[in-house]
Amino acid sequence: MTDLLPSIATAPVEFVPETVPTAESEGLAKSISPRRMALKRFLSHKPAVICTVILAMMVLFVVLSPLTARYGVNEAIFPTTAERSNRYISPSSEAWFGTDEIGRDLYSRLIYGTQVSLQIGLATAVIAVFIGTAVGAYAAMRGGFFDDVLMRVTDIFIAFPFLVALLVIRNMLGEVPWLEPILGERTSIRFVIFLLAVLVWTTVARVVRGQVLALKEREFIEASRAVGASNFRIVTRHLLPNSIGPILVALTFTVVLAIIAEATLSFFGFGPQLGSGATSLGNLVATSKENVLSGHWWMVIFPCVTLLLLALTINFVGDGLRDATDPKLQRGGGRA
Amino acid sequence: MTDAAATPVIEVQELVKVFPVRRAKGIRVTKRLVQAVSDVSFSIGSKETLGLVGESGSGKSTLGRCVLQLIEPSAGSVKYKGTELVGMSREQLRPLRRELQIVFQDPFASLDPRLTVGDAIAEPLKIHKVDGDHLARVRSLLDLVGLSPDHASRYPHEFSGGQRQRIGVARALALDPTFIVLDEPVSALDVSIQAGVINLLQDLQVELDLSYLFIAHDLSVVRHISERVAVMYLGKLVEVGPAEELYTGAAHPYTQALLSAIPEPDPVVERERESLTLIGDIPSPIDPPSGCRFRTRCPKAQPRCATEEPELIDRGFGHPVACHYPERLPDSISAAVDFQSGSVG
Amino acid sequence: MTANGGSVLELRDFRVTFPTHFGDVMAVRGVDVDVAEGELLGVVGESGSGKSVTFLGLMGLLPRSARIEGSARIGGFELVGAPKKVINRVRGKRVAMIFQDPLSALNPVHRIGDQIVEMILSHQQMGKKAAWEKSVELLDIVGIPQPRERASQYPHEFSGGMRQRVMIAMAIANDPEVLIADEPTTALDVTVQAQILDVLQRIRQEMRTAVVLITHDLGVIARIADRVQVMYAGRVAERGDIGPIFAHPTHPYTQGLLNSIPALGRERLTPIPGAPPNMLQPPSGCAFRVRCPHAIDACAGDLPELRQLGDLATACIRAEELTALRSVS
Repeated sequence: MTDLLPSIATAPVEFVPETVPTAESEGLAKSISPRRMALKRFLSHKPAVICTVILAMMVLFVVLSPLTARYGVNEAIFPTTAERSNRYISPSSEAWFGTDEIGRDLYSRLIYGTQVSLQIGLATAVIAVFIGTAVGAYAAMRGGFFDDVLMRVTDIFIAFPFLVALLVIRNMLGEVPWLEPILGERTSIRFVIFLLAVLVWTTVARVVRGQVLALKEREFIEASRAVGASNFRIVTRHLLPNSIGPILVALTFTVVLAIIAEATLSFFGFGPQLGSGATSLGNLVATSKENVLSGHWWMVIFPCVTLLLLALTINFVGDGLRDATDPKLQRGGGRA
Repeated sequence: MTDAAATPVIEVQELVKVFPVRRAKGIRVTKRLVQAVSDVSFSIGSKETLGLVGESGSGKSTLGRCVLQLIEPSAGSVKYKGTELVGMSREQLRPLRRELQIVFQDPFASLDPRLTVGDAIAEPLKIHKVDGDHLARVRSLLDLVGLSPDHASRYPHEFSGGQRQRIGVARALALDPTFIVLDEPVSALDVSIQAGVINLLQDLQVELDLSYLFIAHDLSVVRHISERVAVMYLGKLVEVGPAEELYTGAAHPYTQALLSAIPEPDPVVERERESLTLIGDIPSPIDPPSGCRFRTRCPKAQPRCATEEPELIDRGFGHPVACHYPERLPDSISAAVDFQSGSVG
Repeated sequence: MTANGGSVLELRDFRVTFPTHFGDVMAVRGVDVDVAEGELLGVVGESGSGKSVTFLGLMGLLPRSARIEGSARIGGFELVGAPKKVINRVRGKRVAMIFQDPLSALNPVHRIGDQIVEMILSHQQMGKKAAWEKSVELLDIVGIPQPRERASQYPHEFSGGMRQRVMIAMAIANDPEVLIADEPTTALDVTVQAQILDVLQRIRQEMRTAVVLITHDLGVIARIADRVQVMYAGRVAERGDIGPIFAHPTHPYTQGLLNSIPALGRERLTPIPGAPPNMLQPPSGCAFRVRCPHAIDACAGDLPELRQLGDLATACIRAEELTALRSVS
């Protein structure tokens, strides 16, 4: 190898190697990777940072349920007696968010329920993003017929009103006999996760496809090809790493979508029925419809506000991520 | 090595590339073809630079990529040291990719923003599983192109345009190629930086025995670096010859107009010379004019030009010209008026 | 027409500063410009020179956060600090600007003729029919064949060179005193560039418009400029008539530029070492000193001012000394 690079000490005198500006002259302390630059940009996006903190607190709170919940999920705060019923007690020191129709502490149930919903949301998002990324990237690379078919499939999914599609597919999936062992009952969490993932992956696929298409023609990809890189290498080492931004954003909005979809399903009675009194956020929001007129305002306010807070914070975090990874902001300079 | 003239490094024959374009006119979908490259033949010898000039729509970039098989030619032959490249599978091409490389125009888009410069240069070494210490090789490559080896761990956005272009050159050299296609390598750089990169390319050619296909629209740069120059118009070569001969005695009216249009950085020369300004615009490569493609803008077009396509052959001017009525012009118009040469200041 | 010694456009100590995350970027640091009626001033510079920013600032086309100081007068009328309403009246009427990329400046859903008419009617009182006639006339002036038919067409039906001509037509629609062209031919093919330069020549000769041509291409300058201004790091390095600038430039940057371009008889090009300046923290004193082969300690001191040296104005403190050294050797 060594003899392939003759020293250029014999080069003509006029050959002046350009002086590379050192880090100090550029005003930077040390080399900054694009990842760190994105992090810096994220941190300067105040709403996103605040929401990240709030979200983190909520998640932590919910995850540490043994510590934060005051009662069990199916536990009445005290047994009903002749003097005092445990039903529908308004918020007090015994039950911060009040109790429901059989005396269970809403506050604790909210914590457990949010836990379940977060699980559903996250699991759905991970599956949807995984499938969506793989299919979207493949379609973009392959092009041609496969790409066309994929686009039409996603179009169909998008064209249907979400609720209609949700219920129809729920029905369809429930009918297929050989899927039952895998998915479980229509009212199981597994089934709900799968159902939501099926609906949502197409949006992710579109996003990833768009990003890969845009990057595919960039010259650094061509350069890798010119060196003999295989398609696989190009996708895994170049295209996907440079698409992390949109993929992360897709992840966040998928989580929100899944959580809200679960709430929607529950609202119509098709949500996950977890035995022994267990509940989900969607379930709690759903039961609020019975309580709106009866004056049990705590049954409505607390679950709905929690849902709202969750959805908003995740959305803002997604916004921040989008701004942080937006390539338009990654300028390398140019001619004046 | 055998006689360089006998086995040219690159030999292109009757290369054709067409792109289908679907235009919907109302409900009818018509399939049209963009004639990007039509029947182009040339060869490049060892340690030689062939300059390829043309304007937009000429197909020069497409041609460059076809030579490297980055775009699959529609027809024709490309031989590298006698081996036919057209029709090879990707597997067969891979080992040859070590010897055929490319440097791109845009210094900002040609590097993966997420890889350090060192990783970018080392990628070819990894792909081809080259033995030896990759890091050492990367460092010596950086040194070779005039950059500090310590900067291998930095990211592309930390470098200026000229430096990024040098990194691109380093990457192209990683596998010790024989032939490099340079696709407008200095067009996106500041004028004073271009000179450094041009010098680098010239030095490397001498040091490493490289052959270049230098694609550009800046004729003065092409003249500086090329031994031979090919002029392209709408997918066809109109004139090919030794650089100086072309610039002093071009015979094709397009070449003459092109040369006349390059502004020379000397006001005395500029004001004194007559310009051959062409009328009209470059036609679309989807429907190139019949016969001679240049006839719609040519000041001396005749009926014959519409019916009969002129071949690129020697018509008595010492180099091939594709025109039915080629003619050398008196010196006052050609671009080679001797003005005060050498340095200023 | 002008009250102050013949200059239609006059800038004095013009400054533009951009506040950013990392600090203030002083893009333009005290620039003087003079252009007379019918004159074509070429402004040359590379990245960081501030050549475009100067004139964008003059036109009020910079982001609101940009700070503009100094003086900029059109025919004696001060633009710096003038209220937005006033600038809008002046912009398009007395001074017009065309840019590098005509495609993004034209509205794709309106006909060309309509866009020119819009330009005319925003500054002149005229019937629509009369404005349409005028726009056809303007298309003819800029050399578009079959102007009447073309006026009814849309931007996508025009080629790059044609679009640039349309931009010029729009710019001269209201007979401005000054036309600023910011890299108008950089994105065009060489043969088309020649056509556009011809159009600019004709306009300034026939309509006596003062033209400022901003470019990095010295050949273009050599072809049509009367006077040249070389900018570096937000200041003027050298200024003078076209002949002297090319024949015997005194500023090392100008010399470096001329030495770095290919020319007949040159075996090797001489690049300017280093890189374009970082305008966040430009070098003290003469910003070019870090790349200058003749720099001395004094160059790092005060900002060098332009001073007259024979037929050129130069900002190099060693200009006389270096000229003398050259004539001796």
